[in-house]
Amino acid sequence: MPGVISRLYRGDIDIDFVGKRKTWYGLSALLLALSILGLIVNQGLNLGVEFRGGSVFDFARTPGSSIEQVRETVAEAGPHQVIVQQAGPNWRVTTESLKAEEVTKVQQTVSQKYGVPENQVSSQVIGATWGGEVSQKAWIGLAVFMIAIMLYLSVAFEWRMALAAIVALVHDLVITAGVYAWSGFEVTPATMLGFLTILGYSLYDAVVVFDMIKEVTGKLGTGAKMTYTQAANNALSHTLIRSLNTSLVAILPVAAILFIGTTLLGAGTLKDLSLALFVGMIVGTYSSLCVATPILVTLKEREPKWQALARRVHAKEVSTAKAARTVKEPVSAGSQGTTPPDDKRKKR
Amino acid sequence: MAPPTSSQSKPGRTLLLLLVLIIVMGATVALQKAFVPKFGLDLAGGTTVTLSPVLANGKTPSQESLDRAVTIIRQRVNGTGISDAQVAKSNDNIVIQIPGAGRDEALKLVSTTAELRMRQVLAVAAAKAPPVQPSTAAPAPSGSAAASPAASPGVASTAKASAAPSGNATPAGRALSKALTAPTPEPSETKRATTSGGRAAKASPSASASAAPSSSAAPEDASDPLAGQDTSGIDQALLTEFRNIDCSAKNRGQGALDDPNKQIVACSDDGSARYILDKAAVQGTEISGAQAGTDPTTGEWIVQVNFKSKGATQFADITRRITSLPAPRNQLANVLDGVVIVAPTIEEAIPGGSARISGSFTQVTATDLADQLKYGALPLKFKQSSVVSVSSTLGQDQLHGGLISGAIGLIIVMLYLLLYYRGLGLIGMASLCVAAVVTFLTVDVLSHNAGFRLSLPHIIGLVVSIGITADSFIVYFERIRDEIKEGRRTLRSAVEVAWRRARRTILVADAVMFIAAVVLYFLAVGDVAGFAFAMGLTTLIDIVVVFLFTKPLMSLVARMRFFAKGHKLSGLDAERMGRTGRAEQTLQEA
Repeated sequence: MPGVISRLYRGDIDIDFVGKRKTWYGLSALLLALSILGLIVNQGLNLGVEFRGGSVFDFARTPGSSIEQVRETVAEAGPHQVIVQQAGPNWRVTTESLKAEEVTKVQQTVSQKYGVPENQVSSQVIGATWGGEVSQKAWIGLAVFMIAIMLYLSVAFEWRMALAAIVALVHDLVITAGVYAWSGFEVTPATMLGFLTILGYSLYDAVVVFDMIKEVTGKLGTGAKMTYTQAANNALSHTLIRSLNTSLVAILPVAAILFIGTTLLGAGTLKDLSLALFVGMIVGTYSSLCVATPILVTLKEREPKWQALARRVHAKEVSTAKAARTVKEPVSAGSQGTTPPDDKRKKR
Repeated sequence: MAPPTSSQSKPGRTLLLLLVLIIVMGATVALQKAFVPKFGLDLAGGTTVTLSPVLANGKTPSQESLDRAVTIIRQRVNGTGISDAQVAKSNDNIVIQIPGAGRDEALKLVSTTAELRMRQVLAVAAAKAPPVQPSTAAPAPSGSAAASPAASPGVASTAKASAAPSGNATPAGRALSKALTAPTPEPSETKRATTSGGRAAKASPSASASAAPSSSAAPEDASDPLAGQDTSGIDQALLTEFRNIDCSAKNRGQGALDDPNKQIVACSDDGSARYILDKAAVQGTEISGAQAGTDPTTGEWIVQVNFKSKGATQFADITRRITSLPAPRNQLANVLDGVVIVAPTIEEAIPGGSARISGSFTQVTATDLADQLKYGALPLKFKQSSVVSVSSTLGQDQLHGGLISGAIGLIIVMLYLLLYYRGLGLIGMASLCVAAVVTFLTVDVLSHNAGFRLSLPHIIGLVVSIGITADSFIVYFERIRDEIKEGRRTLRSAVEVAWRRARRTILVADAVMFIAAVVLYFLAVGDVAGFAFAMGLTTLIDIVVVFLFTKPLMSLVARMRFFAKGHKLSGLDAERMGRTGRAEQTLQEA
């Protein structure tokens, strides 16, 4: 153990992220499939009252009752999404959309517990506060955001990096959504904002890694001793410490809110939000290392320039390994092309 | 402070700049005695208003019109910069929750119908109860009106027409007689609307004067406000209504929905005049946009209105048609929610599709009107059936729980930084603390001065931003360590070289976050926009902290022996990091 830690500390770590990309692709494909399955099986996400509308109960506040008590009481009667507010002299309780008999049950329970006559527990149907228009604008914003990011990354880096970053981002969002689908946690506006945070975080992480890859691969000339794949992997190993440290620093407070907060308080908005972030950040760290970069490398190795380099490096290694035959590759720029991509992938 | 090195940056000065920034914000906070930021609906509660539609004979409103009303109200709320208000249908009512208490203006704004119609003025008179002190009334009537009545299209010219008053006679003034029996209304405000399209100034500023009572008018015809006016083409019933209407009454028809296809009788919104108006020539639905602004020559607040293509044609037509008519028929009244807000004289046809409304607006009233016109009229008339204050949706326990566990998380982060980066970790911790202070101050200043309200998603966003801030200096530290490891440089030069490389990474990555924030802020509404705001803010703060604090501090620290010599606890111990070339050196440390 100490050996690994001090090697990590020295940045003297060499994990072949890119070389193992088939493993990562497989793992990601599995996770994505599970997530989509979850979304299908559970018929989408468990959307909160804010999206679907629900039922609202109003009744007089009795002395000594607290928000938590009322929340528990109403939850006992059946509804699982319960928002309690003081409204003037009354309690106002918002739940998901309830059927007539469920409404009666809530009214009875409240009436028994707080001694309010049943007919004085008023019930109303309320529409979505995060209705069609708000969600629609959020989606439009998201779409424009993706396009803007693609453009920016294409200018700052190149389109392949932009594409790889966006794929990684969608990957993170789908998996996070899958966790919600399987766990059945309520998706509230707060959760949506959690998703958006993940989006920013996932991109940020990928950009830092890409910046390093750009720097390292920028030094590769025609006479380089490394293929693009190897250089990218080198860059990844280089930023690994940063990635892990950053992720740890970002995840620790969220984890504290998730675990300590939930133990202290039980379920609530905090748990919904911090879970989204916790899952999203872990997936985000994973994807910037094991999804974004491998995709980038796959795209880059299709470029003639890098294919040629790969062949040269390959040839050199074969010859230094004292292979029986000498492979002569023409060094001219016109030598690109026909070799299938498999042929240049090499293991160290 | 530190002696500036020749070509290098001057870390002392930069740090001083940050200190000044913090002190300025701190002073703002202290001066305003605003030590706690304002919280949003979920953390602090607010006010809930229930709006009930007012409909004749107990009909129920259609669901579509309710939905449309919800959309418009939501737009209006967002237009005021309130980020986390909630608007929802509830049976046949609309429930609005606005964070904070005592925001009556916002509540009034959202429930105003805001139906604008432009109608030709057919007749005008002072309110039944004109001011007791005529001197407070509007300026003298415009003398520009043509003396002989021209037959207007659609209005048959009759013998009566020849009895029209000469230009300086003010029909409005004839109503003076009952003045003494009526309560004193507020001094009338002169509101005028003028034309636009760059030619606005041509419209006579005194146009509306003819709508206001004038002390110079002869009192003898006081019994009939219509005496001497051309009543051709006006429905008899309306004439009766006009004679009887009391515009000085508190309820003078504000909020009434007028039928655009009929002539109506209406009062001016300050109660100083009454009008008979023609069918609506242009309706508010034909407005494509509206902005509040100031008149470049007079500096007063105006509302600039742009029409859609049909509205532009209608507006051009009506102004062309009435401009040659005698007063008051050459006036075009802007009727908002049943009262005339302004009725300017049209001095020439106005093509071009835009008009402007001026009057005694303040910045607030002009902006409100522009917002109302821009987002459209509510399809229904509402009354506030209940206004109650509500508590937070989360309860204090969630806030406290979040803060406590967030603090614990922060402590763990600090311990980790210290353990991993040793001496450098101290600089990291200091950076985080400075970021926290700057963030708190910014949020506090913004919430008291720019309507920003902190809600739970913001707080979580801020907690996440710890990661982003930390990343910036982690990137920098790793670069420094790389330079040291390569073993070629002294710490002082390593700090500068590493900075040049780290700076680019930090800026590129922060730019991504900032683009995300800007796009979401401008395109999304409600919570999402508020969140984007927080995200953009923390990104900027991150840059400020790294550039103005972490880097200069690092430059200063690089001069200290403890760091420069790579003390074991400095986090810059070359041996321990495994300097290349001496990699075979044994490492006893765990």
